[in-house]
Amino acid sequence: MPSVGTLAFDEFGRPVIILKGQDSKKRLFGIEAHKSHILAGKAVADTLKTSLGPRGMDKCMVSPDGDITITNDGATILSMMHVENEIGKLLVQLSKSQDDEIGDGTTGVVVLAGALLEHAEALLDKGIHPIRIADGYELAAKIALEHLDKIAEAYPLDLAKLDPLVNTAMTTLGSKIVNRCQRQMAEIAVNAIMNVADMERRDVNFELIKVQGKVGGRLEDTLLVKGVVVDKTFSHPQMPKEVRNAKIAILTCPFEPPKPKTKHKLDITNVEDYKKLREYEKEKFTEMIKSIKDSGANLVICQWGFDDEANHLLLSHDLPAVRWVGGPEIELIAIATGGRIVPRFQELTAEKLGHAGHIRELDFGTTSDHMLCIEECKKSNTCTIFVRGGNKMVVEEAKRALHDALCVVRNLVRDNRIVYGGGASEISCAIEVAKEANKIATIEQYAIRAFADALESVPLALAENSGYSPIKTVSDIKAQQIGQNNPRLGIDCLNKGTCDMKEQSVIETLIGKRQQISLATQLVRMILKIDDIRLPGESEE
Amino acid sequence: MRGDLTTALNPIPLYKQGGGEEKGEMARLSAFAGALAVGDLVKSTLGPKGMDKILQCNMSGGPDAGKLLVTNDGATILSKIGVDNPVAKVLVDISKVQDDEIGDGTTSVVVLASELLRETENLISQKIHPQIIISGWRKATQEAVRSLETITKNNSLNVEQFKNDLMNIARTTLSSKILQGKKDYFAKLCVDAVLKLHGKTDLQSIQIIKRLGNNMSDSYLEEGFLLEKRIGINMPKRIENARILIANTPMDTDKIKIFGSRVRVDSVAKVAELELAEKEKMKDKVDKILKHDCNVFINRQLIYDYPDQLFAEKGVMAIEHADFEGVERLAQVLGGEIISTFDTPDKARLGKCKLIEEIMIGEDKVIKFSGVGQGEACTIVLRGATQQILDEAERSIHDVLCVLSQMVKEPRICYGGGAAEMLMANAVSQLAEKTPGKESIAIESFSRALRQLPTIIADNAGYDSSELVSNLRAAHASNKSTFGLDMENGTIADMAQLGILESFHLKKQVVISAAEAAEMVLRIDNIIRAPPRPRQRDMRNH
Repeated sequence: MPSVGTLAFDEFGRPVIILKGQDSKKRLFGIEAHKSHILAGKAVADTLKTSLGPRGMDKCMVSPDGDITITNDGATILSMMHVENEIGKLLVQLSKSQDDEIGDGTTGVVVLAGALLEHAEALLDKGIHPIRIADGYELAAKIALEHLDKIAEAYPLDLAKLDPLVNTAMTTLGSKIVNRCQRQMAEIAVNAIMNVADMERRDVNFELIKVQGKVGGRLEDTLLVKGVVVDKTFSHPQMPKEVRNAKIAILTCPFEPPKPKTKHKLDITNVEDYKKLREYEKEKFTEMIKSIKDSGANLVICQWGFDDEANHLLLSHDLPAVRWVGGPEIELIAIATGGRIVPRFQELTAEKLGHAGHIRELDFGTTSDHMLCIEECKKSNTCTIFVRGGNKMVVEEAKRALHDALCVVRNLVRDNRIVYGGGASEISCAIEVAKEANKIATIEQYAIRAFADALESVPLALAENSGYSPIKTVSDIKAQQIGQNNPRLGIDCLNKGTCDMKEQSVIETLIGKRQQISLATQLVRMILKIDDIRLPGESEE
Repeated sequence: MRGDLTTALNPIPLYKQGGGEEKGEMARLSAFAGALAVGDLVKSTLGPKGMDKILQCNMSGGPDAGKLLVTNDGATILSKIGVDNPVAKVLVDISKVQDDEIGDGTTSVVVLASELLRETENLISQKIHPQIIISGWRKATQEAVRSLETITKNNSLNVEQFKNDLMNIARTTLSSKILQGKKDYFAKLCVDAVLKLHGKTDLQSIQIIKRLGNNMSDSYLEEGFLLEKRIGINMPKRIENARILIANTPMDTDKIKIFGSRVRVDSVAKVAELELAEKEKMKDKVDKILKHDCNVFINRQLIYDYPDQLFAEKGVMAIEHADFEGVERLAQVLGGEIISTFDTPDKARLGKCKLIEEIMIGEDKVIKFSGVGQGEACTIVLRGATQQILDEAERSIHDVLCVLSQMVKEPRICYGGGAAEMLMANAVSQLAEKTPGKESIAIESFSRALRQLPTIIADNAGYDSSELVSNLRAAHASNKSTFGLDMENGTIADMAQLGILESFHLKKQVVISAAEAAEMVLRIDNIIRAPPRPRQRDMRNH
């Protein structure tokens, strides 16, 4: 029987109700609560474990509406799993915060947290107090992080030589479905980042990179457009499909008769009024067109719709126009072309126009879909990665993979220190933590040792997914690392014949790894500190 | 220990009610089952002797309720059956993309993907890791495409030859459809239509009109453009050297668009005055339109009686309510602008054509525009005994047109009748012999899957498939790489002589997308279901 809320009895043995409806509420506390948390955490981590590494498998997610997503990205899997368990939800958030902060390693962080919980269970069985375990983990994490800093290497970041960067991006992409054209995708990601990177501030503005997908074609057809691609067409079918040296008026006002915002009633009471109004309407349109023409623009991009009449007037004045361009897109166009977004026709001047060298319509296959491609923008370096793929799922997955690759390259631009992947850094940390553990006098020693074991779970999972005997492989590597004092040895997932991750150029960023360890430790600490859990009962309906 | 027990006996619910996951073998099993089911479903429609399917739309509500559909087109079949299996949906998706991208080969791509997965079942039971199979397949795909490229031919420089190729490709595509009886006739019709496009891939200016009645051989290609509209009463029914104004403007009451304005009067007399003003406004508009010196006026929107009458007085033909696509196409064909303001008659570009007349197709009147400037437009008029035949014919024609228009982009051809598949299969199995390691088994399985396609074609035609396919394989082994199945006689024959050709682009896309989809399915080791969204059944569309 699960423990219900605490019952108090009066002298006649009747229960005193303390909480309203307490018999329908669930409550778990003490060691039981810990056990249940750990079980839930482990279950989530186990689900993700098989997706780790370049040989990891995908998960097929069925959404509430029956749509399918096939992915290998930890954060995406968890966010679509609709986990109900509280602790499961915490893990979902953990992977999300890794995604937000670093963008990659979302699976690894959950696997690590799961392993930490698993080892905590053994310690709990030994009778060690959860707080002591948590403290031990904290200490161990500190040791591991210090050790990571020690083994980290500075990475040569040279704009002329992008090869090392491409290699890093390739590591990230290695675990995704796009690894068929890994090199190409990696180059696209690196070029995109380098295009927008601000080397002085060592920062990358992600707003400038847009990843746009379109079903059809092949993954190999994916390309980097140095400009903006918008899923829109010219408003009138007879407008020219290509504009060179475009001067763009970017408008957020509709090409429609004015709609005063204050509520009013315009009453037409006689024929003169009617005629006047008619004239006014006509004038308004010509005025609008005139103000655009006067500013010297030869292309109009508008956030709103056009009236039929206005549309034709634009055509007859040789002003190709695009309507219903969404807010974020219009901003992107403005940034890219260096134009200003103009909210009123009266404010349109020549200085506020955007410039682009080449604007054209792309069309695809047998469907009459069109997209607008704005290229050769003068002022800025906005770029769009245009993803193609055999079906919707591939395109979506490729988009996610590219996002991860972009994040990794960005992180390198921000902080060029790296550690080696393939489980090398985890093993190295595990060795160091285990060594330190022996020097500690208190019972935290056990927790620290458990932490070292937990760190090994990542290389273990990697080896298992690659089809090796996990324990043997990891212990081999561990022995080699200690023997050669070489922290670059990791699991040879792709069967390349060498365990040296430097030769395989499997690299991960230092901040990414650090973040993984500290986030996972923090979360486990938090979970271990919970000793009581109350659930509202099923709502009575 | 009590605590331990309760935790153990109370499974911790990780997922919401109704959600859940299938793991490992179970997931793979359900994935394969779905893929194989879909593959088997469309398998029997493959090839020139493939069978059709009847699809009956759901009876409850919706515009298509109870409608009957007879088709042989893979994409159509798959899009109409609502599949629930997640992996089956992947296959439905690839057939749709194939349809969008190439227009044909929608069945082949699904069948190949499902055959690949059928092969995997064996491999998995031999304890070969899915990732190894995938890397084997990747090599196999590359090899297949490479070997396919070696036999392609490019005849686009020789116009006569190219036209001949197009005819052959059209015939091959049609041979699996309902139109196969008249395939020469329809192949010529389609090739003529596509050649009119002068190398554009936009199929917009080829219009297909379906009319019940007569039989299929009465279908024809109409030079010029047909508009399914009536000419207003009292208007000339035939105009030569037409100058056509194409407009998109309200011709009912020209509303004042300023928001919030309304008419408020205090006496009946004023209403009359306003009415007059309105009328005057309309008359002004008509006058302005007439200033364009046009003798035909086509509007996208309604034309009310009054302006209609005004037009009739001036002897101008007015056609109202042409649908949007119709107007766009018309404008493109006639070379005119779609006009919405009428103040600058000198600037507006009018459409021109030699002759406009009303003609009869079956029992319906349509307006025919002939002798149009661009010369690109044409209309295919399909006749047939039942609606189902017409619909299927339209789909077939569409497929052919798509394939042909794509040929302009990628003019290389290869051979049909299973020749291309057999060639690829042999090249891939040669690669398997050379490859060391477990990947070799995966590569071999790829070639077996490819060989399944000719097998299915032969099976569908009722021939001894094992005999035919092994003969074919032997022929290919002795370097007769253009040999394929002759389904008319049940033998193998030289496809180059029979003129059974297919577009290289199509074949390549089939192999690549099928491999991609199969790989995706194979990588799945876990199916996680979110609880279905609780909601009321939407009765409108189903």
